[in-house]
Amino acid sequence: MRPVSGRRLAALMAKEIVQIRRDPSTLLIAFVLPLVLLFLFGYGVSLDTARTRVGLALEDGSAPALGLAQSYQRSRWFDITLAHSVAPLRADLIAGRIRAIVVIPADFGRTAARGRAAPIEIITDGSLPNTASFVAAYAEGVRANWAGGRGPPIRIETRFWFNPELKSRFFLVPGAIAIVMTMIGTLLTALVVAREWERGTIEAVFATPISMVEFLVSKLVPYFVLALFSMALCTVLAISVFGVPFRGSAPALLAISAAFLAPALGQGLFISAATKNQFVASQVALLTGFLPVFMLSGFLFEISSMPRPIQWLTYLLPARYLIPCLSTVFLAGDLWSVFLPNIAAMLGFGAIFFALAFVFTRKRLD
Amino acid sequence: MQAVAAARGVTKRFARAGPPALDSVSIAIRPGRITGLVGPDGAGKTTLIRILAGLLRPEAGEVEVLGAAPGARAEDVGYMPQRFGLYEDLSVLQNLTLYAELRGLPRADHDATFDRLLEFTDLKRFQDRPAGKLSGGMKQKLGLACALVRAPRLLLLDEPSVGVDPVSRRELWNMVGALVGEGIGVLWSTAYLDEAEKCAEVFLLNEGRVLFSGPPAELTDRARGRVFLMSGFDGARRPILERALDRDEVSDGTIQGRAVRLVMARGEGPLDPRLIAAGPRARLDPAEARFEDGFIDILNRAVTGRSALAAGYPETRGDTGPAIEARGLTKRFGDFVAADDISLSVERGEIFGLLGPNGAGKSTTFKMLCGLLTPTAGSGAVGGQGFAASGPAARTRLGYMAQKFSLYGDLSVAQNLAFFAGAYGLDRGRARARIGALVEIFGLERYLRSDAGTLPLGYKQRLALACAVMHEPPVLFLDEPTSGVDPITRREFWSHINGLVERGVAVLVTTHFMDEAEYCDRIALVYRARQIATGTPDELRARATALTGRADPTLEDAFIALIDQADRSRLATEAAA
Repeated sequence: MRPVSGRRLAALMAKEIVQIRRDPSTLLIAFVLPLVLLFLFGYGVSLDTARTRVGLALEDGSAPALGLAQSYQRSRWFDITLAHSVAPLRADLIAGRIRAIVVIPADFGRTAARGRAAPIEIITDGSLPNTASFVAAYAEGVRANWAGGRGPPIRIETRFWFNPELKSRFFLVPGAIAIVMTMIGTLLTALVVAREWERGTIEAVFATPISMVEFLVSKLVPYFVLALFSMALCTVLAISVFGVPFRGSAPALLAISAAFLAPALGQGLFISAATKNQFVASQVALLTGFLPVFMLSGFLFEISSMPRPIQWLTYLLPARYLIPCLSTVFLAGDLWSVFLPNIAAMLGFGAIFFALAFVFTRKRLD
Repeated sequence: MQAVAAARGVTKRFARAGPPALDSVSIAIRPGRITGLVGPDGAGKTTLIRILAGLLRPEAGEVEVLGAAPGARAEDVGYMPQRFGLYEDLSVLQNLTLYAELRGLPRADHDATFDRLLEFTDLKRFQDRPAGKLSGGMKQKLGLACALVRAPRLLLLDEPSVGVDPVSRRELWNMVGALVGEGIGVLWSTAYLDEAEKCAEVFLLNEGRVLFSGPPAELTDRARGRVFLMSGFDGARRPILERALDRDEVSDGTIQGRAVRLVMARGEGPLDPRLIAAGPRARLDPAEARFEDGFIDILNRAVTGRSALAAGYPETRGDTGPAIEARGLTKRFGDFVAADDISLSVERGEIFGLLGPNGAGKSTTFKMLCGLLTPTAGSGAVGGQGFAASGPAARTRLGYMAQKFSLYGDLSVAQNLAFFAGAYGLDRGRARARIGALVEIFGLERYLRSDAGTLPLGYKQRLALACAVMHEPPVLFLDEPTSGVDPITRREFWSHINGLVERGVAVLVTTHFMDEAEYCDRIALVYRARQIATGTPDELRARATALTGRADPTLEDAFIALIDQADRSRLATEAAA
């Protein structure tokens, strides 16, 4: 193997930078797409349980019934539409103007007066199962609180650590950084190497004294830097525009991001070496890079509530190790006991992908 | 003389079970001369060049480049791949700089070297223009400059002249010729057999094997004394050619202007014109043999004149008016003019050729005439029906053979035939009869179940023609129909076309093979979107003689003269404006 020459490497990287600057789609993916994603996750997507519109059918006029109805009206979870029977609310439920009907039946007061557990009825809109079960649980919670309030007075003070207001934006926005880095690391890298195959330039370059290492490194370094720039942009926006707290340190964030770029870039190189075609490369990058990060990394859906086999699958996903680091560095602080094992895992995946990319680029020349 | 590169018994296979792309090939490239690597597409030229450049490893055989393994002395080897290897986003100068750095040209030499190369390639004015915005000819020159940026001892050029205009082609040849004087060894691969004649030494590849190696004159000599031009005969050229090819004593024949060029079989004297009823004034004059004659001789396959396809073809009725007509066809894409004021008319029983370099506007004109593109201005008609008014109806009257034989590569041959029969609306009985006949005519039986994408190129071309004539259209559009196939397959193709034309079919064809232009009754030369000359091949030759004073020019000479004149008058107009 030839020794690596700094001169050839510099020439190749200079070429890459000119190409990045002249290609509007690269800049679009590196700087515009992150903005769009951040605003989308910052403003558009919310997993918060904001006030849900619920109908309350108060069929009973007794004191306990009125007391329970008041509890519902005071609840911060619900926006109550009051009626005296189910009938007028039914149309609202069908039309989707309300998501559930809580029925306090006519014999509620009498049953309660006898000291027995008085049943209420909760009718939910099963076409939105998440909201339905959420509303049902909270409606039941309000009733239990009301019932508890009538016994010995116990107040439960709940405190949520790290994200006291339980704002989903606070973990969605840092998570979006993972998506942005995957797009740049995997998708862009896959495209640019595949483009060299498609346009036949790789052939001319490989016929010069260049070595494989030089070629691969010249592809990695510019996109590594580009991804870090993009990450920095996202971080600044997350803190300044979306008010996400940043309790860790910049070096920790840099270390985490750099570690994640190893598998992301390696995967991109591997995809392009294996496909040699921009269209296929972009499809594979989206399917194996973007989508899993979205669905399986713990970014949108909690891994611990996934079915067991899917949970095992997530261990194969580099982004799975990034998400906890990101939410830690933003919301909790520098916890190296969390970072180090995850960084090690990401670097390990990176090494595997680089080895594959190297072997494949060499092999596929023949 | 010590060879700068040599291969001995090189074999390379891409699919383990498949046929070898190279089958124990031996060649030697000597310094100070141009060595030609000649053969049709798929012969193995690119594979061999890539092995010499160290990009592929042979599975058997020895390769030595500049006394070392291929790739080991890469800084002394200039390589220009088929697509030139240029970065389109980078400017001319940035491309040169990149390759200078990759090849390790000392920094101190950069400016002087770039100056010299830009001068040499006449690209100085364009040094800041992105390579993607250069014309085909300019890209080719820049590709060459990048390969030369550090004076190589071996220069590998993979089909450098494909698709560029004849002027650029000639310039490139002269540029490379100048390098040879400095002692560089050059390997020049080409599918143009006329280029082979100019090389000092030639390796003729066909289906992965070296058929011939040595000075090209040696191959040409195989046909020397057997070539004759027949002129003064009664009747049209095509039936005369067909009758001549049917004689056993004639081994090959083509049309050349008003004359028919015949190559006699070994041991035969000139053909007696009476045998083919050529009339009392027919005469045969000896003519120069060409490299292609030797190639056909060495392939040793019979060229036949009679077309079974034409024999069963319905005679086209005597419609009134021309079969194909275009009046002032113009197509603009934004402010780019792809075709400017093209007018032509093709009678039934006539072959009309559109000639010009890649990007000149041939395909655009073509697509407008078949109704695939809507013209910005002008009108046209096929079979008397304007395509603007009745596009689909006009299209059932024409057969279209697209560039690169665009078939469905994932469908089998039988499925392709069935698809086109359906697409042209043949009823079941007629489809079955027609497919059966075409399979027989084109010898497709053994490939019926193979995917069209895996066929040898010659069979792809046959299948593409079979699909285009499925519905027996009276008008045929052929876009680069013989590009890259070997000369015998090309002869067979033209036998079919000549036969169909005799049945009254009107043919519009694009080609960049000059000898093929000779088959055309009339030619329009398209250059930079304009129709710069129209006439019979003999008329165009006469115009070139008037322009240059050179007697008996080839069609290529004629085109160069006409393009040159068009360039000069354009420059004069621009200067005046």
